[in-house]
Amino acid sequence: MELKEKLIASFMAFENLVDVDSPIHDVRSEAIKQFETEGFPSRRDEAWKYTSLNSILKHDYSVFPKGDNHIDYNEIKKYFIHDIDTYKIVFIDGKYSSHFSETTHDGIDVCLMSSALSKHKYRPVIENYFNKVATKDSLSSLNTAFSQEGAYIHIPKNKSVAKPIQIVHFSTGNEAAVMLQPRNLIVVDENSHVQIIERHQSLTENPVLTNSVTEIFAGKRAIVDYYKIQNDNENASLIDSTFINQKQESFASVHTFSFGGKLTRNNLKFYQNGERIDSTMKGVTIIGNKQHVDHNTLVHHIEPNCESHQDYQGIFGDSSTGVFNGKVLVNKEAQKTNAFQANNNILLSDKATVNTKPQLEIFADDVKCSHGCTIGQLDDSAIFYMRSRGIPEKEAKALLMYAFGNSVLSSVKIPEIKQRITNIIANKLGINIGFDL
Amino acid sequence: MLKISNLHASVDDKAILRGINLEVKAGEVHAIMGPNGSGKSTLASVIAGKEDYEMTQGEIIFENEEISELSPEERAHKGVFLSFQYPVEIPGVSVTNFIRTAINETRKARGVDAMPANEMLKMIREKSEMLEIDRKFLSRSLNEGFSGGEKKRNEIFQLAMLEPKLAILDETDSGLDIDALRIVANGINKIRSKDNAVIVITHYQRLLDHIVPDFVHVLHEGRIVKSGGKELAHELEEKGYDWIKEELNA
Repeated sequence: MELKEKLIASFMAFENLVDVDSPIHDVRSEAIKQFETEGFPSRRDEAWKYTSLNSILKHDYSVFPKGDNHIDYNEIKKYFIHDIDTYKIVFIDGKYSSHFSETTHDGIDVCLMSSALSKHKYRPVIENYFNKVATKDSLSSLNTAFSQEGAYIHIPKNKSVAKPIQIVHFSTGNEAAVMLQPRNLIVVDENSHVQIIERHQSLTENPVLTNSVTEIFAGKRAIVDYYKIQNDNENASLIDSTFINQKQESFASVHTFSFGGKLTRNNLKFYQNGERIDSTMKGVTIIGNKQHVDHNTLVHHIEPNCESHQDYQGIFGDSSTGVFNGKVLVNKEAQKTNAFQANNNILLSDKATVNTKPQLEIFADDVKCSHGCTIGQLDDSAIFYMRSRGIPEKEAKALLMYAFGNSVLSSVKIPEIKQRITNIIANKLGINIGFDL
Repeated sequence: MLKISNLHASVDDKAILRGINLEVKAGEVHAIMGPNGSGKSTLASVIAGKEDYEMTQGEIIFENEEISELSPEERAHKGVFLSFQYPVEIPGVSVTNFIRTAINETRKARGVDAMPANEMLKMIREKSEMLEIDRKFLSRSLNEGFSGGEKKRNEIFQLAMLEPKLAILDETDSGLDIDALRIVANGINKIRSKDNAVIVITHYQRLLDHIVPDFVHVLHEGRIVKSGGKELAHELEEKGYDWIKEELNA
């Protein structure tokens, strides 16, 4: 059976398994219909022109992964940011692991989607926010249909959450192939501040396909900083769709660090529903072999006096491929918008490919919108200059690549994350030099 | 220290150097002068190991070792330093981090431990003061947005930090005003010792008023066509290069 048919056939069993009386029962039913109508996207769809899912849809995925798989902490310790105190929401093969998690209900809710969906007291939040900003595209609909587990974070107003929250998904490979549908809901009320780190990590060579959806609501003057660390092994693929609804004077940033995985598609959409909003999305991609990373972004400027900043840097080696499709949509009412977009790429090999497409649709007449894309190579004269000063070729190239991504790293607010990313980059480039530039 | 014999080099099959012979001993300063296109910068790049140039004949002996097969970094580790005519801008890498990496990679190659941070800082302070370099300048991205003079001063700062045996200064005087020229020249003079050597590549006499050469060589069409003492530089300044060409054609 093809994956699409398998998923549709499994839906009824899934609904019976979870809770038919759930507040989102109707939403799920609608969503599976949507997925059934549309199916998986193909390259005929404009938004998927350069990313083909064929190679990852061919596996016979288990769509209800078996739970209770045990893993040893020593095996996974390195995937956590453990040198600072954090809340942790940890999933193993899609199932919540209380053993590795550290949640809270002390003034804020940092817990599970499954309990938020089943407990009455969360109902108002679920009804107000669940599936309210996610688009109804086929993959997000598929996730909505099967949404049951993930992180549920609700920060009431005037709270600055001191500890960052780590959301980590592990897959153990106990089954031949697994498809996961994590669903996160993050509601940050007026004047509150939260920092979140998300990671998906496969622990074996068995194929994993994660179709993740995260909805974020940033209230008035809220600050949300979100970091995605994508350094999975080369049998794991990730389709990540993150939707952010911002109210006036809020600040939301998403940094995406893509170093691993077989195929990674990041759909990142910001909707500015208020004035004086700041939306920031930045990314560093460093991949090789036959890896593929696709960033598909949207900032929808709906109201006046807002800003958006996009800065994506990519380094592509071997036969890897990259895609950047960044859309900035400025409504007629959104005067005095200030939108900035940059996408710079370095190709390290003749076989690496990048397709970059800025898309600006501007209906207001008093705006500042800038965009620029570059595709180039490492500067040979800079490499010779560095080598002539005694820096070996490999290190010289690494230093240049690190420097290239540094404009993104410089805006990371958690030093331990910056350090972690730096280490991953050094490791990825196979060198051992301190990069503290 | 350096002995170049019958050096031929070409780029894209075009011969640029056609039989250079040059011997530089420790403690000496050699000036290489010559009109545009005579091969001065090519000679500097070939000694430093730039791979765009193909060495077709001859040998380069540095400290009793043939170095023409070595990579640029290996030559640097042995003590060859090239001050660039056009220093390259490297956004995102600070001057301090760059020089620290260069020093520690060189030490690593020589089997010496990394320089302790406090020692490094002390050295950076001393050398930057010597070259009248503002501290703020050291945290800026390497050469990015630097004026011509700042770039050259930064080259000499790196020279002072790396303490090479052989320093090749490729048109270090170009783009310098008179004050910067004095500072740079003083810096180079302080670094000079009986154990190291300097090759100054220049068009003009003026740098040689400050860094007095022991030998002056005139490069023309890829060969050294005339050598002499420092007075040769004065003669070139007065009379230009045409008389040498006439001598050659006679």
